Amino acid sequence: MRLVGRLAVGVFKESVRDRVLYGLVIFAAVLMAATYLLGQLTAGQDIKIIKDLGLASISTLGLFMAVFVGIGLVWREVERRSIYNLLSKPVTREQFILGKYAGLVLTLAVNVAAMTAAFYLVLAYMNWNADDIMRRSWPAPALDPALMIAIGLIGVELLVVTAVALFFSTFSSPFLSAVLTLALWVVGHFNDDLKHFDAVVDSRPAVWVARALYYLLPDLSAFDVKSQVVHGLPVPAAAVALAVGYGAVYIAFLLVAAMLIFQRKDLQ
Amino acid sequence: MSAIRLEELTKRYTEGFWRPRPYTALDRLSLTVESGEVFGCLGPNGAGKTTTLKLLMALVRPTSGQAEILGLPAGSVEVRRRVGYLPENPSFYDHLSAEELLIYFAGLFGCTGAEARRRAAARLDEVGLGAERRMPIRKYSKGMVQRVGIAQALINDPELVFLDEPMSGLDPIGRRDVRALIMRLRDRGCTVFFSSHVLADAEALCNRVAVLAKGRLVAEGRVSDLLAFRVHGWELVVSRVSREVVDQLAVGARITPIGPDRFAIDVPLAVAPERLLQDFVAQGASLVSLNPMRDTLEDFFVESVAAPPARPEA
Repeated sequence: MRLVGRLAVGVFKESVRDRVLYGLVIFAAVLMAATYLLGQLTAGQDIKIIKDLGLASISTLGLFMAVFVGIGLVWREVERRSIYNLLSKPVTREQFILGKYAGLVLTLAVNVAAMTAAFYLVLAYMNWNADDIMRRSWPAPALDPALMIAIGLIGVELLVVTAVALFFSTFSSPFLSAVLTLALWVVGHFNDDLKHFDAVVDSRPAVWVARALYYLLPDLSAFDVKSQVVHGLPVPAAAVALAVGYGAVYIAFLLVAAMLIFQRKDLQ
Repeated sequence: MSAIRLEELTKRYTEGFWRPRPYTALDRLSLTVESGEVFGCLGPNGAGKTTTLKLLMALVRPTSGQAEILGLPAGSVEVRRRVGYLPENPSFYDHLSAEELLIYFAGLFGCTGAEARRRAAARLDEVGLGAERRMPIRKYSKGMVQRVGIAQALINDPELVFLDEPMSGLDPIGRRDVRALIMRLRDRGCTVFFSSHVLADAEALCNRVAVLAKGRLVAEGRVSDLLAFRVHGWELVVSRVSREVVDQLAVGARITPIGPDRFAIDVPLAVAPERLLQDFVAQGASLVSLNPMRDTLEDFFVESVAAPPARPEA
């Protein structure tokens, strides 16, 4: 595990010095500030709009980071041949994959934490600026701790997307990996519909195929509780635990698959 | 115990997507390298040298055959703990300095903190990059990157080091430095296995060499042994003798005047040099030198790779 940690720190350092990532972080900060301005345009709905936009920003920018850093993690090492130096050290290919994944998770965690802090700053300012009547009209408090549940689940979703990107990165080019990962992300948000395909289609084979795809593809809708949180609706602890468990199993499945593919790969 | 033992090591790739054709990069290579040797793997481009090294480092998987390093299966973690590897045209993380890179690699061997910094500094000094160690690698010249590559291959004080084209990208001073470094490694008891197509380096450094061509071993042995039976005459240099005497005694030989009364005579193999020498001494001439005229390793190499053994159909 110590080796995995060292590899992860290496990935984190590389990400920290990557200008593209700085661009995304600056964009995130600007977006957070913009949520405040947008909130001002909507009388009475400002806090809801800010929460909606803030959570969407964290989710979308996290997605871009996960995809655009994740797709190059393995491919770039192979393409620039720096992997020869690494794998000639006492590092197994499994440790390499885990280290790369852990490094990107660390990078994402820091970035999501920074975006969350910026988000809470905007909300704190709104809270400080509002009077009691306005506060009572909000569906949930400005600094609602339930927001952390939504952000936590966004985090788990990003971990799944990172694992998907890393998985594709072990055998395809960055462009193809990006296309496939983003396609899976889109499909993943509508995956729940595949489960209930029998309600709209009579064909048994089509229902079986839809059901098989439902189990094979990630169900990212399980991680989306943004709407409930923004509207102040309760999020059952069991649903959160189930989503986290599902995410953990899906990530483990993807990482094992990535390791098996990478284990057999000839590094020509 | 042998440092390296290869047995019928073979690597085949498939080329083409729609109509896949097998391509044999390495064909049944069997070799043994003893501990403490400096072993040269020679051959033209595409001979299979880099493939051999990648198979030894388990970066590619053999199609068949076996490779053992230090008595253990090639590619095992224990082996990688004890060896160093310089890949061909090495490439590193641009955002790191050479010092950061070496400290990072030292960490992969479980060496951290002050000891990692000490090792990194020592290795960078050894390859002549001590002054530039904090400069980002993206600002390095090709030769400097090559030196970083050599330094990282030595970060764990390896028992055995694999160097793929170690002189590539180096200027004459760099080449001299790397030659000296390889000699120092040999003196420390480290086994060195390097690939090259610079024959002068192999001739100067290697105990033994293997010559590969089109994926097959075409010759193997000590450089001196490979060339021992390739004497094609003698070069006799005599002085204090006139041109007339030389013409009279060395009939049919190529005569080159190299001074007023000094001549170099290329004596064919058919003529006994002892007899000729006696005749010159009897005429009052002095012997300056008598040397066999051998093929160089380059002659041997060109001849070997020009007509490698026929490869059986894959």
